Amino acid sequence: MSDAGLDRYLEALRECGATPLAVDRGGSAPGRRILLDAQDWAHAAAAAAAAGCRHAGIWGDEEEDGELRLHACFELHGDHLLATTQLPAARPEAASHAPWFPGVERLERHARDLLGLSFFAHPDPRRWTRHQAWRADCFPLRQAFAEADCRPPRARPDSQYPFAAIQGRELCEIPVGPVHAGIIEPGHFRFQAVGEEILRLEARLGYTHKGVERLARGRDPAGLARLAGRVSGDSTVAHAWAACQAMERAAGCTVPPRALALRALLAERERIGAHLGDIGEICNDVAFAFAHSQCARLREGWLRRNAELFGHRLLMDLVVPGGVARDLDAAAAALLRADQAALRRAIAPVFAVIADHPSLDDRLIGAGVLRTEDARALGCTGPVARASGLGFDLRRDSPYPPYDRHRPEPVVRSEGDVAARVGVRMGEIAVALDLLDDLLDALPEGPAAAPFAPPAGGAGLGLVEGWRGEILCFVRFDGAGRIARFFPRDPSWFHWPALERLIAGNIVPDFPVCNKSVNGSYSGVDL
Amino acid sequence: MLRILRQSLRIGAVTEAVEADPELAALGEQLRRGLESRFGRSLAIRQVDAGSCNGCELELRALTNPYYDIERFGVHFVASPRHADALLVTGPVSRHMEAALRATWRAAPAPKWVIAAGSCACDGGEFGVSYASCGAVENLLPVDLRIPGCPPSPLALIRGLLQLLQSARPANP
Repeated sequence: MSDAGLDRYLEALRECGATPLAVDRGGSAPGRRILLDAQDWAHAAAAAAAAGCRHAGIWGDEEEDGELRLHACFELHGDHLLATTQLPAARPEAASHAPWFPGVERLERHARDLLGLSFFAHPDPRRWTRHQAWRADCFPLRQAFAEADCRPPRARPDSQYPFAAIQGRELCEIPVGPVHAGIIEPGHFRFQAVGEEILRLEARLGYTHKGVERLARGRDPAGLARLAGRVSGDSTVAHAWAACQAMERAAGCTVPPRALALRALLAERERIGAHLGDIGEICNDVAFAFAHSQCARLREGWLRRNAELFGHRLLMDLVVPGGVARDLDAAAAALLRADQAALRRAIAPVFAVIADHPSLDDRLIGAGVLRTEDARALGCTGPVARASGLGFDLRRDSPYPPYDRHRPEPVVRSEGDVAARVGVRMGEIAVALDLLDDLLDALPEGPAAAPFAPPAGGAGLGLVEGWRGEILCFVRFDGAGRIARFFPRDPSWFHWPALERLIAGNIVPDFPVCNKSVNGSYSGVDL
Repeated sequence: MLRILRQSLRIGAVTEAVEADPELAALGEQLRRGLESRFGRSLAIRQVDAGSCNGCELELRALTNPYYDIERFGVHFVASPRHADALLVTGPVSRHMEAALRATWRAAPAPKWVIAAGSCACDGGEFGVSYASCGAVENLLPVDLRIPGCPPSPLALIRGLLQLLQSARPANP
């Protein structure tokens, strides 16, 4: 956080009557840290709200000596502040931040289910990530977790989960999932509808919970990068980059400029591929097959080039600690340049139709409106927020290299509907193509990776603008240089609650297109 | 409308002929024969994500793009297990999906095939067996075919499906 921002936050904290135990102003972003007494944890959120911060996530960590720490990250004008408090091991309790920041409500429930932390004044006492695979009094992220004692031989379905109910005549409840009709991830949606109109939607996720955070423990840095690349397969570059950035900051490793430029090149290629897929599938959800097949065609060509030059269609395992796993020669760079020019020409006629076609306009304009204040209250980032008037983009507002030299101008729309989310994606493809040209023109010479020596202890925070928005990643090393804590916070944590808000008042048949326009990751939040 | 027609005419059909790949052409012929004799000319697949990272889903969706157009081989992805000849399962089976996967399998009419697609479904992959994961699909269901890869490419998926037709009968009809 900038000094001015930090001073504003500290002032707000003083007005709440809280004094921080320690303030660390040193270091580069996101090096600002503040240590608070557990009693003042509510004030940490109140002050952040008063100072106008966005809440970027909350997570717990049990250290090897049994100390429980709770971390929260706040963002103000692109600067991040990491707030930490230590909880008494006997009663690991702290105030909930959800009363000020409703978006972190499920993150706190996740910490409750996996670490056994309790949050007082929390608005929702129900479990979130835990279904019936382990007992309620067992916490998988605790050192003392004894798997054999905690898991029933066969996990029952979580059929007793208490969904919020609405009573009323002519009201019907529609349960959907976890197995959905298409080739998509599993999750459960509970609609309360009157006729076709949705009054309320409640999502119940956690079905793809595969224990990522526990699995990370004890891994070496390369193993963590591989795992991070599979937190959400569609954002493999962004998640692997965030994890590597966190490890590199913890280790004080300087990544060569060429490696950083290549990472950005991979990330922008991932963004373009994902957006092409999303735009096509949004159109498909309103039966506009022309745009679907055109976008799928362009995406396929893009992925084939990935396979040819980088060895993987989705670009997995290319971002590694210290740099990237594959360099690019001059011939490959020339191919990429030609590809970029070709894609720019190819999208023009297709996007012209999508941007202005009566049958699409009829379904997309005014559907699933996310109001700016809801997007802000929940802490949304990425295209979902930018389509609702919030221009935040880490690449511009908190530019990590190489974006300090290649700052993209965010594409912002204010309508907040499905059409705006399509429009933002179309605009972002054009911006990313320009970025790719710039990156190739200014590709630094030198090595594509530096040796990475894992540190004995220490933690780092990674922050990367993936195609969905801001990915935050916390990594802590143990004394032997192995991973002790890995917490990847996908932007979808804030986008699922946004979907629940924007769908109210829409009709049930519009749910697929509204859902696709947000495109939250299930795996990315189920962990 | 004119813009759409102009674009469609300009791009034409991009669907790739199987003849371009001799191996695929040979398998394609076997596929047609296999489908005709065993599945009444079409294979209906119910895909179940049992805990994947969603990488496999991206490549499965690519199967229906204009380049591969898997429906031309008579392979359809269907919405209900009741309509399915085969379940195609991705991901390590998370314990939270255990019950739903079993229920989906029970809902599919016999004879039924089970395809484990992707490294996680084949052997647990990056996630293995843990408090939260059952690992490979075969730890829960009889598996007829494994298509490894992280994720398997669309071509690997097509080759795998063709291979399924060469197997005489499902492991657990």
